[in-house]
Amino acid sequence: MPGKIPTKQRLQIQRQKMPEQDSAARAANFAEVNLGFPEQLALLEADRCLQCKDPRCIQGCPVNVNIPRFIEFLSEGKIAEAAQSLLADNALPAVTGRVCPQETQCEAECIRGHKGMPVGIGYLERYVADWARHHKDSLKSERAPATGKKVVVIGSGPSGLTAAGELVRRGHEVTIYEALHKPGGVLVYGIPEFRLPKKIVQQEIERLKEAGVKIQCNVVVGRTYTLPELRNEFDAVFIANGAGLPVFMNVPGENLKGVYSANEYLTRVNLMAAYQFPNADTPVLQGKRVAVVGGGNVAIDSVRTARRLGAEQAMIVYRRTRDEMPARAEEIHHAAEEGVRFEELTAPVEVLGNDKRWVTGLKCVRMKLGDPDASGRASPEPIPGSEFVMPCDVVVVAIGTRPNPLLTATCPELQLNKRGNIVTDDNGMTSLPGVFAGGDIVRGAATVILAMGDGKRAAHAIDHWLRAETG
Amino acid sequence: MHRILNRRQLSPNVTQLDVEAPRIAQIRQPGQFVIVRRAEGAERIPLTIADADPVKGSITLVIQAVGKSTRELVALAPGEAIEDIAGPLGHPTDMIERGHAVCVGGGVGTAVVHPIAQGLSRRGVRVTSIIGGRSREWVIFEAELQRLGEVIVCTDDGSHGRKGFVTDALKDILAAGGVDIVYAVGPVPMMRAVANLTRPLGVHTIVSLNPVMIDGTGMCGGCRVSVGSETRFACVDGPEFDGHQVNFEELIDRLGTYREFEQQAACREEECHLGQPLKPGTQR
Repeated sequence: MPGKIPTKQRLQIQRQKMPEQDSAARAANFAEVNLGFPEQLALLEADRCLQCKDPRCIQGCPVNVNIPRFIEFLSEGKIAEAAQSLLADNALPAVTGRVCPQETQCEAECIRGHKGMPVGIGYLERYVADWARHHKDSLKSERAPATGKKVVVIGSGPSGLTAAGELVRRGHEVTIYEALHKPGGVLVYGIPEFRLPKKIVQQEIERLKEAGVKIQCNVVVGRTYTLPELRNEFDAVFIANGAGLPVFMNVPGENLKGVYSANEYLTRVNLMAAYQFPNADTPVLQGKRVAVVGGGNVAIDSVRTARRLGAEQAMIVYRRTRDEMPARAEEIHHAAEEGVRFEELTAPVEVLGNDKRWVTGLKCVRMKLGDPDASGRASPEPIPGSEFVMPCDVVVVAIGTRPNPLLTATCPELQLNKRGNIVTDDNGMTSLPGVFAGGDIVRGAATVILAMGDGKRAAHAIDHWLRAETG
Repeated sequence: MHRILNRRQLSPNVTQLDVEAPRIAQIRQPGQFVIVRRAEGAERIPLTIADADPVKGSITLVIQAVGKSTRELVALAPGEAIEDIAGPLGHPTDMIERGHAVCVGGGVGTAVVHPIAQGLSRRGVRVTSIIGGRSREWVIFEAELQRLGEVIVCTDDGSHGRKGFVTDALKDILAAGGVDIVYAVGPVPMMRAVANLTRPLGVHTIVSLNPVMIDGTGMCGGCRVSVGSETRFACVDGPEFDGHQVNFEELIDRLGTYREFEQQAACREEECHLGQPLKPGTQR
């Protein structure tokens, strides 16, 4: 039910614009692009929500955040309640407020989008979550009585963190094993600082630790411990070890010096802080002309990183058109503003190098869109005779990943699909009782929020399973 | 945190560190490695586990000081600590169960050959080790390998053992026949030379590769090597491969990717500042 403001008045408020760093300045730094709403804009935007009786935005959200509720609290000026409400539904709101593709999820369902622009749900989520980060003392954390059950979560990315938060709240003892030296998974090695500052990830992780989640880094499950060992040690297991091996293009010249997988390129820059070399020890090749192959979020993150590392030309090479790119719309828009060139309908056929085996260019062929393929997207076909050379000195391959085999290899009874992803039922349970899985190891490469949705669902299922087991 | 329990200088630029890592000490197998990050801001570097003491809960790392990261590691004194160690990573060595194995170690690679020779010897395999270095002071792990079988030492200047390369000694042993398998670990040109020697004779040869690596868990693909017609990841598919199938030229080339950065880091250590970061493709 709308509060004090009549619907008619709400309808007159236009969507507020997110303040952002100037595009020329930001293309040369790693600071966050979006600056966040000041209070006044947040309250105005919150007033745009019509408080629908049958809010469809909630269904559009993979973790089913009660969106109208937190927005209503916000518009009433009850920010602590808004934060409490949001955190009850979403373990990492400061992250999702920044990286979710809202335009295809909650905001796509918003009734206001039918005539004009939807409510800026992501911006409001970010506003409330950022307030919560700075006002921890005003928030109470509820925890169910201890159950005495021990759960191990494998991987500290979005799926693992979400599951851990949910499980610890339900009174279970939760330990996360992380393979890298820092927790956060893709949030720290993959998504760049300018889109998701690492400090924010750290604070969200701190909050989970304060809630009782234990995190142990440098534990590579599959090597340091096997899955059967963990099953003996813990009452339930949640596998969320993420995407693994990068896929390469399988074209000649791919092992020349200057060709990176996006995983390596982004890990060097984000996790290892190579952009600060020599103040950080890990280097990265800073190309003058960088070609990034792919059209997803990882490709856009890579190409914008290249610009910030000083590339005079940073190109996206994509075999379909900009309209078909799976990347988040705002990021594509930001990339274009930052001077990224889009080579649409273009596919690489060979990486070219000099006599010292350094990359000198990418031989490409132009494509045209043909009939829709199984995914419903037009399938690109090469145009004969259209080959050309795109000069470049660094090539970043961002065309996806395959599942990591380290863990699954230690447990042959764990059922996998033919691509090597773990098979689960609707509750996220694998073929092994008490072993659940979610995120990219189940889905293949997907989004942060879908991984979080898996984590939340699995946590509920684990909770039921543990309680049923006790009888 | 992983405390250094013991430090020993093995040769002018090779240092042994015994480091606390109880879980890894318990389960590691020959051929496996760890990823080490000395401290915040440091690189992640792969180091093969040379030995382990499950009772003390320590692993032995043998480190050749070649760049900033390795120099800082070997400068650690007992009581100081390494921030992060992850592992054990990689596949354990594929070992024969009987017969005669020749283990060839060059320089710091001798430390990697040692646990392989240990494992083989425990299985009852006859082990002959051929180890080499520039001169007497560069030869490492001789006494340890002596306990496992015959050891042939080769030095470039003849100051210890026989004068010449390890491949010269290997040639003689191969000529005598009866060799079932060769394990070779050392500088890439040495492993290539060994593989070239054994290939025409059809003697199976396993080499341990140490390409550029970041995570060591199969995520980055930086450690990719061409083996036969396939691209393999040394961290999850290796680090040991059939020496007859490895494209050593490509490996040598890729190992040189960051040479100029290494020089820059070295210069900085010596407080000579170079100014702008290097760009690829310039002045090479």
